[in-house]
Amino acid sequence: MMTIGLAHYLSVAAILFTIGVFGIFVNRKNIIVILMSVELMLLAVNINLVAFSAYLGNVTGQIFAMFVLTVAAAEAAVGLAILVTFFRNRGDIAVDDASVMKG
Amino acid sequence: MALQAIAFYLMSAVTLVAGFCVVSARNPVHSVLWLILAFFSAAGLFVLLGAEFLAMLLVVVYVGAVAVLFLFVVMMLDVDFTALRQGFAQYMPIGLLIAVFLAAEMILVATTVATKGAAKDNLVPAAAGSGSELSNAETIGRVLYTDYVYFFQAAGLVLLVAMIGAIVLTLRHKPGVKRQIIMDQVLRTPKTGMRIVNPKSGEGIGE
Repeated sequence: MMTIGLAHYLSVAAILFTIGVFGIFVNRKNIIVILMSVELMLLAVNINLVAFSAYLGNVTGQIFAMFVLTVAAAEAAVGLAILVTFFRNRGDIAVDDASVMKG
Repeated sequence: MALQAIAFYLMSAVTLVAGFCVVSARNPVHSVLWLILAFFSAAGLFVLLGAEFLAMLLVVVYVGAVAVLFLFVVMMLDVDFTALRQGFAQYMPIGLLIAVFLAAEMILVATTVATKGAAKDNLVPAAAGSGSELSNAETIGRVLYTDYVYFFQAAGLVLLVAMIGAIVLTLRHKPGVKRQIIMDQVLRTPKTGMRIVNPKSGEGIGE
C-alpha cells in the first residue's frame, strides 16, 4: 500500500480514461465538453506512457508522450476553430445539427 | 517513501475528482477550470515519476495555452448551455454501467501488466537519475535530437498545419473595411487627386 508501483499509476490512468469516455457518453450534445473529455483521455494516455517510461528506465516513453501532447494541442486548436466557424454559420453548437453541415 | 505515497494518493485523487467534475459540471466555464486543476495535479504525478520536463511542459502547454484557448472559446460563444445538457440523465445509467466495466477491465489488465510484464522487477521509478548524472531534460534532449529528430520535425509540421488550418477556418474578411492600398496612393497625381471648385458666394460647395 505504501510502495507506489506501476500498477497504481496505470490504475489512475485507466480511471481517468474511463471518465473521459463517460464524459463523451453523457454530454452528447455539448461539443465543448466532448473536446475536453478527449483531452482528459489523452492525458490518461500520457500518464500511462510516462509511468512505463519511468518504471522501465527508458526515456522513449516520455518522448512519445511529448508527441501526444503536440497532437493534442493541434487537435484542440483545429477543433475549436471548426466549432467557432460552425457557431458563426448556425448560431448554435448543437451536435445534432452538425449533420446538415455540407459543402 | 510514506511521503511519496501520500503525495501520490493526494494528487491522483485530485486528478480524478477534477476529471469527474469536468464532465459533470453544469457550466462549461467551470469545466475548463476543473480541467486546469486536473492537468496541474497530473503534472504533479509526472514530477513524482521523475519526469520533470514533461510536467513543466504540461503546465506550460496545457494550462497556459490549451486551457486558456478553451476558456476563450467558451466565453466567446453565446450559447444556452442548459439546453445542451438535456439527455444527461437519460444517458447517465448506461454510461455509468459501461464506465464501471471499462474501468474494471482496464485496471485488471494494468495490474496484470504491472505484476507480470517487463517492468515487474522495478518497484521504484528508475528514471530519476539512476546511474547517470544527467537531468531529465538533458536525457530527453539527447534522445530526442538524435534518434527521434525526424519525428521532432514532423511534430513541428503538425503544429504548423494546425496553425494554418485554424487561421484559415476562423479568418473572415468583413465587407466595408477600409484598407491602405499602396499602389493607388503611389499612382495618384495632382490631376486625379485634387479638384478646383469655384463656389458662388453664400451657397457653399454642393455635395
